[in-house]
Amino acid sequence: MRHLLSTEGIDPADATAILDTAANLKQSLEGREVRKLPTLRGRTVITMFYENSTRTRVSFEIAGKWMSADVVNVSSSGSSVSKGESLRDTALTLAAAGADCVIVRHPASGAAHRLADWLKHTGTSVVNAGDGMHEHPTQALLDAATLRERLGDLRDRRIAIVGDVLHSRVARSNVHLLTALGAHVTLVAPPTLLPSGVERWPVTVSHDLDADLPSQDAVMLLRVQAERMHGGFFPSAREYSIAYGLNERRLALLPDHAVVLHPGPMLRGMEIASSVADSPRAAITDQVRNGVHVRMAVLYHLLAHEEETA
Amino acid sequence: MAPRQRGATDPAGERELLSAGDVARTVARMAHQIIEKTALDAPSAPEVVLMGIPSRGAPLARRLAAKIKEFSSVAVPTGTLDVTLYRDDLRRGPTRPLEATRLPEGGIDDRLVVLVDDVLFSGRTIRAALDALRDHGRPRAVQLAVLVDRGHRELPIRADYVGKNVPTARSEEVHVLLEEFDQRDGVVLR
Repeated sequence: MRHLLSTEGIDPADATAILDTAANLKQSLEGREVRKLPTLRGRTVITMFYENSTRTRVSFEIAGKWMSADVVNVSSSGSSVSKGESLRDTALTLAAAGADCVIVRHPASGAAHRLADWLKHTGTSVVNAGDGMHEHPTQALLDAATLRERLGDLRDRRIAIVGDVLHSRVARSNVHLLTALGAHVTLVAPPTLLPSGVERWPVTVSHDLDADLPSQDAVMLLRVQAERMHGGFFPSAREYSIAYGLNERRLALLPDHAVVLHPGPMLRGMEIASSVADSPRAAITDQVRNGVHVRMAVLYHLLAHEEETA
Repeated sequence: MAPRQRGATDPAGERELLSAGDVARTVARMAHQIIEKTALDAPSAPEVVLMGIPSRGAPLARRLAAKIKEFSSVAVPTGTLDVTLYRDDLRRGPTRPLEATRLPEGGIDDRLVVLVDDVLFSGRTIRAALDALRDHGRPRAVQLAVLVDRGHRELPIRADYVGKNVPTARSEEVHVLLEEFDQRDGVVLR
């Protein structure tokens, strides 16, 4: 594997290999004195974040450091990006400076693919850490890792993704990955928050959360992305919360083994009630913890093998 | 299947070095040697743990522990130690899958750790294992048990317990077969 740009079309064997690596890493790091592995000594990983992020950037940085890579963080403010340097020139500069891997988050859908194309003739790998409304593959992988921990094999498991699917790269990446792993995905959202063409996705679409909950093994809530909404997608926050928020009453409709996920940052009281977010059914902090191991696994699969001549 | 003659070469170019019975006897002998050398059944004995290096070192460690229990009635804890992330040759091949690492209950601090592997060759796996152990704790001592020592060391490493020394050419391959993986026990040269 040279890049990780999307989960669309991912080979289930590759996805499973990354998830297995992450599980082994987690287990091997548990309770040990030195949480550091020498595997990526001398490799340089650069994070390039053109959008705000706490957990993803920190998670990648910790992942790189625990694997002994040198991690350098570049943000758009405080770098030459604020002087007007293009994404292409910044990326070529970082590659020339010796980056073995560039981790990029960008508001434009498709940015990571363009970057990988520009860096074709260098040895640099690209990881998509979220590109606009397109994909966020490592988030989907950490969600799958968390679900595998709680549910075992995901084949024939039923997973509902609820909320702002339209603006969500998390939803897109999860639809592709979870269906590749054999799960059945149901999207539950108001019609205004579903993307056009959703009828061609390998999913079931629903507008009635109460009716779907009893048959689900997991519910993944999405943040309502006010920053990407210009116009009325739903009448009011209160109405959204009543129709699509996961509250105590709805939690009780789920089977006992079902898991609640949220990619964060959460809007408590909007898409998820505070008591639900803090309940033992919610795996939200597990998701963050698994995020580090999954990103370590991704770096391992991208960087710890012989040079590919592409 | 007709019983294979020791040392005979079969049509697949495979020569048997140890039969299933030989493997059982060798493991039993190694268990006796570990008991004797570590004095693990003495009153002031050190706490011994066996750490198998996956894949085939792991079941070998469990078999040794079972034999040690049988001969000395001391239950020696076992674990597995995956050394993949510590290897120095990761960039010389395709991505290697990781295997499980499970420390025995109580960890390895101040215990006598016996590393267990199937074949000792260049010594690089053991070098990686020593580095890995160091990140998991501080054993009071580390020893090495291998079923087969085939020579060609590239590092100053030797085993404390050797099941069988086998002179080999560098180009030959020694395969330890264990029922847990291969449906039969044996050691063959290919």
